[in-house]
Amino acid sequence: MKIALSVKNVSKYFGDFKAVDDVSFDVEDGKFFSILGPSGSGKTTLLRMIAGFYTPSEGKIEIQGRDMEGVEPNKRPVNLVFQNLALFPMMNVYENIAFGLKRRGERGKVVREKVEMMLDRVGLPGFENRKINELSGGQKQRVAIARSLVLDPGVLLLDEPLGALDAKLRENMKVELKKLQAKVGTTFVYITHDQSEAMVMSDYVAVMNHGHFEQVNTPQNLYNSPASSFVAQFVGDNNKFIVKIQKDERGNFSAVTKDNLQFRLDKPYDLEGDNIFEMYVRPESIMINPKEDPNKINSIEVEVKAILFDGGNSRILVVPKNSEKEIMVSLPQNRKYDYLRPKDTIKIGWYHSASVCFKGTGERVYEEIE
Amino acid sequence: MIRSLQRSKAYSFSFNIFIFLYFLFLFAPLIVTMILAFNDSMFPSLPWKGFTLDWFFGRGPEKYGIFHDAINLRSIYNSFKVAVAVTILSTVAGTMAAFLFEQEDFKFKNLLYFLMLAPMVIPGVILGISILMFSNTVGLFLEDVFGIYVKLLSPGIPLVVLGQFSFITTIVALIIIARLKKFDRTLEEAAYNLGANRLEVIWFITLKYLRPSIIGGAAIAFLMSFENFNTTLFLVGPDATLPITLYLQVRDGSTPVINAIAFLLIVVSSTIAVINLYSGKKSTY
Amino acid sequence: MKRSSKIKIRWGFIIFFVPVFLWLLFLLILPHIELLRMSFVGTDFYGKSGFTFENYWSFFKEPIYWRTFARTALYSITVTFLVLVIALPVAFYITKLAGTKIQGFLMILLLVPFWVSELIRVYGWIILLRESGAINYFLTKLHILREPIEMLYNDATMIMGLIYTNMLFMVIPIIGVMESLDDSLIEAAYDLGAKKTAIWAKIIIPYCLPGIMSGSIIVFMLVLGSYLTPKLMGGKNALWFTEQIYNQIITYFNWNQGAAFGFLLLLMSSLIIFVALKITRQKFTKVIK
Repeated sequence: MKIALSVKNVSKYFGDFKAVDDVSFDVEDGKFFSILGPSGSGKTTLLRMIAGFYTPSEGKIEIQGRDMEGVEPNKRPVNLVFQNLALFPMMNVYENIAFGLKRRGERGKVVREKVEMMLDRVGLPGFENRKINELSGGQKQRVAIARSLVLDPGVLLLDEPLGALDAKLRENMKVELKKLQAKVGTTFVYITHDQSEAMVMSDYVAVMNHGHFEQVNTPQNLYNSPASSFVAQFVGDNNKFIVKIQKDERGNFSAVTKDNLQFRLDKPYDLEGDNIFEMYVRPESIMINPKEDPNKINSIEVEVKAILFDGGNSRILVVPKNSEKEIMVSLPQNRKYDYLRPKDTIKIGWYHSASVCFKGTGERVYEEIE
Repeated sequence: MIRSLQRSKAYSFSFNIFIFLYFLFLFAPLIVTMILAFNDSMFPSLPWKGFTLDWFFGRGPEKYGIFHDAINLRSIYNSFKVAVAVTILSTVAGTMAAFLFEQEDFKFKNLLYFLMLAPMVIPGVILGISILMFSNTVGLFLEDVFGIYVKLLSPGIPLVVLGQFSFITTIVALIIIARLKKFDRTLEEAAYNLGANRLEVIWFITLKYLRPSIIGGAAIAFLMSFENFNTTLFLVGPDATLPITLYLQVRDGSTPVINAIAFLLIVVSSTIAVINLYSGKKSTY
Repeated sequence: MKRSSKIKIRWGFIIFFVPVFLWLLFLLILPHIELLRMSFVGTDFYGKSGFTFENYWSFFKEPIYWRTFARTALYSITVTFLVLVIALPVAFYITKLAGTKIQGFLMILLLVPFWVSELIRVYGWIILLRESGAINYFLTKLHILREPIEMLYNDATMIMGLIYTNMLFMVIPIIGVMESLDDSLIEAAYDLGAKKTAIWAKIIIPYCLPGIMSGSIIVFMLVLGSYLTPKLMGGKNALWFTEQIYNQIITYFNWNQGAAFGFLLLLMSSLIIFVALKITRQKFTKVIK
């Protein structure tokens, strides 16, 4: 497979501050690659280095096999869809899309044909003479993408382009963007802080934090086997337990919370130092009143504290007996547990293999459930 | 407008009277001046002796209207020449200053910016005499050392242009800077990203965006130059500009031809003002 | 994070820098250095020129010089204050009391007279106020006055003229800041039981201070440096300091004396502006814009 973009050991300092810290990755031609991270993680800096607005302090960026060092942003085979879209308000839709073509010296019929074809592609045929401020948010989005795609870039960079849209429209645009990428076959490098955007659209996702990549993998693998505490918290939802891991005489590993709840683990862990770990269990992995083999699952008795109805994403909040630790549990969609009421006592359980532990870093991502 | 405030009738009434008087104060002298331009009298004063257009079109021998008044026409022409030159120069330099202070970073930028603002607080009279003295000294120096006489450096139209340019450029720059401050620089980055070079970015994006303020700045530059007196007074040579000739006529007394000139100036400048205000409001981005 | 792009090419900077630098160097810095130099040059009995403090000495020796100077300063401050007192309610009316429809109209009405040259506006007052002027004509016609009186050429008229010609430069900056004053602040103050004077003193004026300062500086500077209005509306013994400068340079052709006067005027205006900024804790580059 051809490599469209290759980033090799790139770092960027702003004074003493290390915004991007030794990042390396390759993006194959035609893939949808996302960089997912909270704000301030350095993802915009990384993108701006690829686009050429910043020069890396260290490392090398290659686009389609060409070293980009010293190449001005207007000479790079990449185009960027800006966060605020940056459509030229003094030009109409046609002039916006034709801008890059004209800078290349293309003139006349070719330009018109390309612009029309592109508008067709993004679903805005006949919009040539519209003014920018007459467009809706979603239409502006498409024009911004069309303006970059018409130049047939080696890599299309997208800087949180859906950020400004309202929630419903954002859902639609996610799907559209994914379909558009499949249709045109251009390599997309997409940055976002929204894990759902990254998961839905991407072939590969890089999770970025404090200037470095925590993990690069397919959305499924990120979800199923997070490589770090940060990824476990940032991708999808998770229940977090602070635990002490022990090994019994038969070589089985188990985790104990400070309330003396004990959970079996199915993997060995390196035990040294204080043995304090963070254990994660997804709300979706937790079963209510499990009927599975008790030897394969951890099961505890809990009291229902609240029922959080949210359509397809409904959960219950439960607290184990003799503990204050709140646990989120997903409710299945089959209305099987409609009878549950607060203060009910139920059993919950999860497979030993459903929990994953990491050596504690003490870092908090969003509001933790502790 | 604050609607929710309860106000006594007397308070509202007296406030309205105050505003009415204020606008009366503002317009009374202009309106009387304009009306008296049509009075069929040899003096710019009442009583009203009937309507006439002689102060515009009269060919003498008693009444010379403005369109047949060689001295005043000459000075209008001079003012026009000066104003065109000042407008072009100060608009170009003001735009460059705006780019320099808004888009570039360099050592002593704050000091230079401070200097650029200085003409706003230097009385025009002092600008006039200091430029007069400096150009005189340079002129004498060139004559003594190289034996060349540079006419440009002695009082006259070129020096008037330079004198007015020295402070009008600041005003134009401030107008353009105000708009450039609101400019979203990612538009420039987007243009680079789409393959434009620096020159194309400035031409197609930044200047397009600045156009309303450049036109507005040019209009203000033109009017300020056309009407400038204080700085011009010291720099003017034998070719007097309109404010200078008008000043002498006002001081020494004259026929209502001044009113006719005033009428034209008021009409033309308020038209430019209204157009300028209107087009300024209309620009949407 | 500052988004300074490294894409700037240095010749772009040079193109912008050179004209601006030439302008400021040759039309501002060097002329004022020359002004300063000239003010220290004197000609001795034999016609030889050399360094001297004489030009400054004569300023203090001749009472008419320093008295005119002090008078100009005091009157300029007075005019600035009066302009402010009138401008505040005007700005308040336009931004907060007038209906949205007539707001724009009033703004245009406010601006238009100031696009007309100072000379024409002063001339308008002359034909209104002089002995044979329009006001005297009506007052005698209506038998309010038995015979016309000269309303021009006194200090009060001159001050009115100075207020008139410079009004706008106070009104506009104040309107600029007052527009951004949230109406609910005033409403909240009323709601909390504040009186009108308290609202002005505690809310409106402190909020508008940057606009008030920039207006005051510009008006003060323009009044201090005005020539036409005092000359044409003021009395014969009501000299303005700019007229002294004019006399020295044009009438007596004593450039060195004129330079000294010019420099003194510049020094005073800078000093007063500096003190005003210090007292109100405003910054020059923030106020002038």
